[in-house]
This record gives sequence, C-alpha cells and structure tokens, in this order.
Amino acid sequence: MYVAVKGGEKAIDSAHRLLAEDRRGDRRVPELGTDQIDAQLGRAVDRVMTEGALHDRKLAALAIKQAAGDLIEAIFLIRAYRTTLPRFGYSEPLNMRALRARRRISATFKDLPGGQVLGPTFDYTHRLLDFALEDEQPAAEEPTDASNVVELPVDMPRVLEQLARDGLIEEATPPTNEDTREVGDITRTPREFPADRDERLQSLVRGDEGFLLALGYSTQRGYGRTHPFAGEIRVGEVTVEFEPEELGFAIELGDITVTECEMINQFKGSAEHKPKFTRGYGLGFGHVERKAMSMALVDRSLRADEFGEARDAPAQDEEFVLSHADNIEATGFVEHLKLPHYVDFQSELELVRKMRAEIEARQPDPKPEAAE
Amino acid sequence: MSTDTGYNFAYLDEQTKRMIRRAILKAIAVPGYQVPFASREMPMPYGWGTGGVQVTASVITRDDTLKVIDQGSDDTTNAVSIRKFFAKTAGVATTDRTTEASVIQTRHRIPETPLKASQIIVYQVPIPEPLRFLEPRETETRRMHALEDYGLMHVKLYEDIARHGHIATTYAYPVRVNDRYVSDPSPTPKFDNPKMDNCPALQLFGAGREKRIYAIPPYTKVQSLDFDDHPFEVQTWEQDCALCGADDTFLDEVITDDRGGRMFVCSDSDYCRERRDGGHVGAQSPEAAE
Repeated sequence: MYVAVKGGEKAIDSAHRLLAEDRRGDRRVPELGTDQIDAQLGRAVDRVMTEGALHDRKLAALAIKQAAGDLIEAIFLIRAYRTTLPRFGYSEPLNMRALRARRRISATFKDLPGGQVLGPTFDYTHRLLDFALEDEQPAAEEPTDASNVVELPVDMPRVLEQLARDGLIEEATPPTNEDTREVGDITRTPREFPADRDERLQSLVRGDEGFLLALGYSTQRGYGRTHPFAGEIRVGEVTVEFEPEELGFAIELGDITVTECEMINQFKGSAEHKPKFTRGYGLGFGHVERKAMSMALVDRSLRADEFGEARDAPAQDEEFVLSHADNIEATGFVEHLKLPHYVDFQSELELVRKMRAEIEARQPDPKPEAAE
Repeated sequence: MSTDTGYNFAYLDEQTKRMIRRAILKAIAVPGYQVPFASREMPMPYGWGTGGVQVTASVITRDDTLKVIDQGSDDTTNAVSIRKFFAKTAGVATTDRTTEASVIQTRHRIPETPLKASQIIVYQVPIPEPLRFLEPRETETRRMHALEDYGLMHVKLYEDIARHGHIATTYAYPVRVNDRYVSDPSPTPKFDNPKMDNCPALQLFGAGREKRIYAIPPYTKVQSLDFDDHPFEVQTWEQDCALCGADDTFLDEVITDDRGGRMFVCSDSDYCRERRDGGHVGAQSPEAAE
C-alpha cells in the first residue's frame, strides 16, 4: 500500500536539529569561539569576506562557525546577509599608493625602492607537519616580539608606475564610463555580455578561488598564454573613505587589509606602435595571494579582444568564465539536483518505454537482448 | 523564529521589489520575452526557487493566500520550506487548495484544477532560455530571439523525429507565446503545456540564478511547437490514478516493492484529495480495499 509522502515539515525540522548537533560535534571538546576563528583561521575568514563580498571579520568568522568550516556555505551565508543591507552609496576609490604594506614582493626586479619584504608568508616554509602545534600553547601575556617587523615606508613607488613612466607598460585603464567616472555594479544591474572590465573585475573578485586558480593555471599551460610576470604583490592596510552627499567631502570609515597583485604581461606593439607590456589586475580582502594572482591572470586573459588576440581558450571566453565563476550560483544549481525531479523523470520514463515498445512491436521474433 | 523577523514584508526591501515589479511589467508588456533583472542573493540556494521567490515576494500582498507546490505536491520538502519562508516573512495565509489560493508558486507542475482570472501563478525557472542547449552563448541566443530566428529549434525537433520517431522532449517543451517569442515553460511536463494557452490567470516566470523574468498575460495564445504531420501531443497513461481513479491527470509512478511492483497516483496531491473527498475511488484506495 502506498504511503503518501507526507510530513515534509517535520522532516525538515528534525534535519535542522541534527545539523545543529553535528555542527557542535563532541560536547566534551570546548566550543570554538568566533574570536578564535578570526584570530587563528584568518585565511579562511579572508576568503569568506572576499568571495562573500562583505568586509566584516566578525560576521565571516560567525559564518564559518555556523557552516561547520564549509567555506562555500559560509560565503553563501555572508552573501545572503549582505544583500539585505541598505546601500548608502559608493566609497571613494581606494588610494592604493597609500597602502601600508606588510608584505611586498616583485618578481621582475631584484631590488627596488622600498625593498623586497616577505612578511608573513607560507612561501619558503617546508611543508612538514609541525607536531608541536598539536599541543595547545599557553596564551601569551605579551604580543610577540615586534623587532623583526619592518615598518615599510608609505608612498612606496610602485613597480608598474615606474614602467609606465617610461612608457614601457600600458596605462592603468580608468573606469569605462569616462564622463561620469561611474563604475558598474554587478549587484544592482543584471549581467550583460559583452561586459566591461569594471564589471568583469567585480565578478572575478567574488569568483571561486579554485575555479580562477584552475583557469589561471590553464593560461600558463598554453590555453591562452599571456606571458605573465608577478610585477608586484602587496599585502597591507588601506583606508576606506566615503563622501556622504550632504557633507561634500570624504570622511574616513576605517582601515581594511587587502592583497593586490599587479601582473605584467606579454607586450604588444606593431611596426608603427612602440611595444608595451600589458596588465592584469587582482585584488581581494585580507591576505589572499593565490586568489589575487589567479584573478590577475584571468583578468588579462579576458582582455583578449582589446589586444586583438584570438579568443580560443576557456580563460579568454568571457561568457564562459563570468557565467561559471560564482560558486554560490554554481553550488546552488549543482546541488539542486537533490530536489525531487520525479515529474520530469516520469515524463522521460514514459517516452523511453513507449519508444522501446515501438521497437519491440517492429521486431516480430523477439529475441533476448544480445549482450553488448 | 517568530513572524517578527526584523526583515521587510516578504523579505525583500521595497527598492528591490520596485525593481522587480518594473521587470514584471515589462515582461507582461512583451509576452514571452526574457527581461534581465538584478536578481538578489536569497537565503535559499540558487536553483532552489530563488527566482520564483523574488517574483512572489514582489507581487504578494497581506490579503493574498499563498499555495506552494513542487512536483505537483504541497508536501514536498522544498515546497514546505518556501511556504514557511513566506508564512514567516510576510505572515500571509497559506493553503494547499488550488481554488483558495490567489498566488501559486510552483516548480515543475501546473495544477490540474483550471486556474481563474483572479489568480497569479509563479513558476520557478532553472534555465529560462529555450535555445540554451542548442546555443550556449547568451549573446547569440538574444540575437536569435531579436531576429525571430528559431530555425535551429525546428531542426532539433525534426532531428528528434528522424532519429526516434518522436519529438524526444517531454518536459520544458518549447512554446511560442503570442505568435512571437519562443519560451521555456520551465521544466513542467509537456502534459501541462495546453493549460498555459488562453489561461485566465497571470503567469509569471522567475529565474534567479540566470537573472531573468518573463510573463504570459491572461488569455494569451501559447502554442507548443510542432509539425503538421507530427502534431503536439501530451503524455497518456494506461493506468488510472490508484487512489482517486482519475484518468486525465499527470501520474507519478511509485515503486512499491523490489519485485517490480508499482502504482500510479496523481502528481497533483490537492486535486487527488479533492476527488477522493468527493467520493471517487481508485483501484488501490483504502475504500476499495474494504
């Protein structure tokens, strides 16, 4: 006897209770504080802020806790919260020249004004598990010794600006709409193709780190090669300013940490035009070097049309890249396959049975189906 | 959580609703045309009805009565989830009776009970572009719609017939709206396509992830694509509904054991219940077993 599929409501409530229990895990282990996530899982917080498109360390830490460490789920929580926030206006462009860098490297010059500063990086660590970390360290009274922290000069000359002064690299392109200096907003206007670079960059900042990493990597392996050099990568604090309409001048809202990657790419020129290097740009909240570099590679690849390059690699295909970079869109649609589809499936089943019956009817001497 | 959620009525802020209502008005003015809109992130995943939810949130008022179905049923988990969302954020009355609802949000079905002029049906749409699987590029498909260049679709249907003897599309079967735009009826089974034609209710389609809204105004011509010698036809079943005996509804197949046992029941659970309440019985209904 058929038992009607009832009780969806009860099932959902029970699932939520189980999830909460599962998230908390073994209750003999102390509960994780969001301050601990913020302080000790900072790179996870940075990724959630960048792809969640909201700079708020506390909320990102909360989202990571609530999502049981599933970062895409955490990004989703942040996005769904972000979209409910009122829009007061747009900040002034960040003054990246005034970035107070903790880390600054260039792969194109051995030394340069301001110097190469490694800062906190995994780069030259040996990837050996540090078993000492298994034991909890007692909380320190004092912050760690700051004597080996280099205070980098503000207004450090930037690598690409030096090249631009000599005309060796293209100028940084201003926002597309030169009259109004207005920048697009992909959260307020629907995506249209072809997209402008400001909208593309916005999509890339939110884009999934893994997806952009793979696309950027593919360009290095010949699928739309762009000859990249890491011109300058910086991590540091920058001030966000906002000009309220009624005030008429900008006020400081606070400082945020950002990672910026300026890529120097393949030069372009012709018999008449002197060759110049080209640019790819990457930026993200917090310390997100892998993301910023991947973004810069993909940004440059997506500029193929500007430089008259053939668009035949996936990373150069604007519709392909921008339509699939958003992990919240992607995870939703992939995971929606879990929803019931029995009406569609029934329709297919009915057709397949009908077509099979027709073929059987045409074969008067039914033999068992031959092994394939 | 209580009804006082700290969010605006029906979750979306009024500016967002205004933006969506403008898109809806444009969609109604150009039947079947996909209007881009600045779809918001919703607190449920993309692909789980965010487009339908945004449309419903923009048209619903405090006096409305909402019905939400998924696969024809009010009891499927996602339908329950969306109904709860609106009960919580809008505090509107909900129902599982098609006749009592003023707004019906649906995924994959149109109710069997004919819709009325006072009703709005909101479809959740995953891929609004009927040409998408023939041409993946939005720039191309928009051009094809603009030029009314639907040859590719007819070729596809023709190739189906040449290869299988049938048009092998059983759901999301393309329709032509008001003799102009080819549109996707969302993945409803083609069984439901005739219900869209000259329908007294307003039909709204929301695709959140793909950021498109389209509409079929009341009493608009909706034609399923076909050929003179291969006219459009809907699915039929050899069985009647095992619970209510209906012989003209879309049936779900339910596997009852591991020896090939199965039964067929109405996919529209409200319609089936109403028939049973009216005294109809099927071969396997409890009344028949007595």
